[in-house]
Amino acid sequence: MPDINKLKQIASQVRRDIVRMVHGVQSGHPGGSLGCTEFLVALYFELMEHRSEFNMDGQGEDLFFLSNGHISPVWYSVLARSGYFPVEELATFRKINSRLQGHPATEEGLPGIRVASGSLGQGLSVALGAALSKKLNNDDKLIYSLHGDGELQEGQIWEAAMFAAHHKVDNIISVVDWNGQQIDGPTLEVMHLGDLRAKWEAFGWEVIDLPDGNDMEAVVNSVRYAQTLTGKGKPILILMVTAMGKGVDFMEGTHKWHGIAPNDEQLEQALAQLEETLGDY
Amino acid sequence: MKKFTYTEKKDTRSGFGVGLLEAGRSNPRVVGLCADLIGSLKMGDFKKEFPERFFQVGIAEANMMGLAAGLTIGGKIPFTGTFANFSTGRVYDQIRQSIAYSGKNVKICASHAGITLGEDGATHQILEDIGMMRMLPHMTVINPCDFNQTKAATLAIAEHVGPVYLRFGRPAVPVFTPADQKFEIGKALLLNEGSDVSIFATGHLVWEAIEAGEKLAEAGIDAEIINIHTIKPLDEEAILDSVSKTRCVVTAEEHQRNGGLGDAIAQLLARKAPAPMEMVAVNDSFGESGKPAELMKKYGLSSENIVEAVQNVLKRK
Repeated sequence: MPDINKLKQIASQVRRDIVRMVHGVQSGHPGGSLGCTEFLVALYFELMEHRSEFNMDGQGEDLFFLSNGHISPVWYSVLARSGYFPVEELATFRKINSRLQGHPATEEGLPGIRVASGSLGQGLSVALGAALSKKLNNDDKLIYSLHGDGELQEGQIWEAAMFAAHHKVDNIISVVDWNGQQIDGPTLEVMHLGDLRAKWEAFGWEVIDLPDGNDMEAVVNSVRYAQTLTGKGKPILILMVTAMGKGVDFMEGTHKWHGIAPNDEQLEQALAQLEETLGDY
Repeated sequence: MKKFTYTEKKDTRSGFGVGLLEAGRSNPRVVGLCADLIGSLKMGDFKKEFPERFFQVGIAEANMMGLAAGLTIGGKIPFTGTFANFSTGRVYDQIRQSIAYSGKNVKICASHAGITLGEDGATHQILEDIGMMRMLPHMTVINPCDFNQTKAATLAIAEHVGPVYLRFGRPAVPVFTPADQKFEIGKALLLNEGSDVSIFATGHLVWEAIEAGEKLAEAGIDAEIINIHTIKPLDEEAILDSVSKTRCVVTAEEHQRNGGLGDAIAQLLARKAPAPMEMVAVNDSFGESGKPAELMKKYGLSSENIVEAVQNVLKRK
């Protein structure tokens, strides 16, 4: 049985890390990071079998790919808190000579990152390639990928979706962060995504609804259920509804905090809402 | 002038197909991907022998590049196959982020490069691909000249660790490279020693340079001819050695003047050993439909154009 309270405590610390990192450099994307905190914490501290002694090939372990690379703060925090690299390194986020680039990259050799992402729409293809590699290697571990909902406006996503069903890539669980927001405003106004469930089903995917992706227990249960559906000839997709900016009341549910940093006063307001559970970096 | 002979003409893409099959046999990590052009890319034999290591991706080149990047995670050596146009410009950002910047061991294999694609016309005749690919950090760029060299290059890139752009073409061209000649990435090949002018050629233009060399010899001009099959990394030593002797240069390529081999060599010489230079290349225009030989003539890429360029550069020496 997962210790949900422990996962929630980690999530609280990760949220502190996110707002402190973005404040520290006055740059970065807090909104989507805060919204996906439960998912990434659940993945790295409960759901995936993985090794923090980083190996690029990742054979014999579950692998995660972040396609919407701009939410790097949440991933960096979770990787550091999982032991991939020192927690103190979070203070270098987006600064010169850092391994923690604005968007995830392999160039500086940051442990845990297997491909650069940030230019949107590419991560599903890469994740599928890694899934094929696992099959060729008779490696029964799984591939996970995370995508923004706005990112689904990229055509390459649908090329990849079509490929996955045709080639029966059934060792992948892809997750859409459905927060309904993108830089210019609500997705409903910028570019309506339509009936996402129907779209993915029409492309041949097994689709799971996760109506509250900020409920830790629901996230764990949903991904556990998805795991039971793998290996049955179809790729799996979780439509995970989240609130952008979750956990910091003035950032919640608005695209305005997609890509801006809190000032000193706002940082204090945010931290007052987030319990320090593991010690700040 | 050394005598060059050939007994047959073959397409360089067939050299790729044969090389890929051989690479697949000797290395189980080699996998193939193709975007609905298996016949054109000559990937059918590989697919037949290794069906589980071959992925038809349909007409979806962006996805193909991402899949290839992902396949390297777990140790595979992916070879992607489509036309040069769809291997570069169409998927530049995918190559840039998921392959080059991510340092992935992907081999981007591009057929029907250049104007000799012929009748399909300018929509498919890419003449900018070398430029785009050589601008990318980490990328190796190779443009072999004939069937045997393309086969050897295909085997060599399978052994090389890092992203590679391998460019080849559609028409049947003379096969003059020895079948047993090993391909060394980044090592220029001296075809004919000479003292009056250095001709640096790549791809289909290497044979044109040889024919030009023969015509020049008849006129008493002693041309040094060097096959630059690897445009990046450029064999700077071989180029500087040759130019220090001849003191003038002609480059020849089936590509735009902007961004191609001539540009790369001009940049080197400007920095290290300025010398008069002429470039045989397409001059800032798109191609058009026609037979390959007709197009080579119309767009100034034939042996006659190389001879003319040599005559011009000698006047500036």
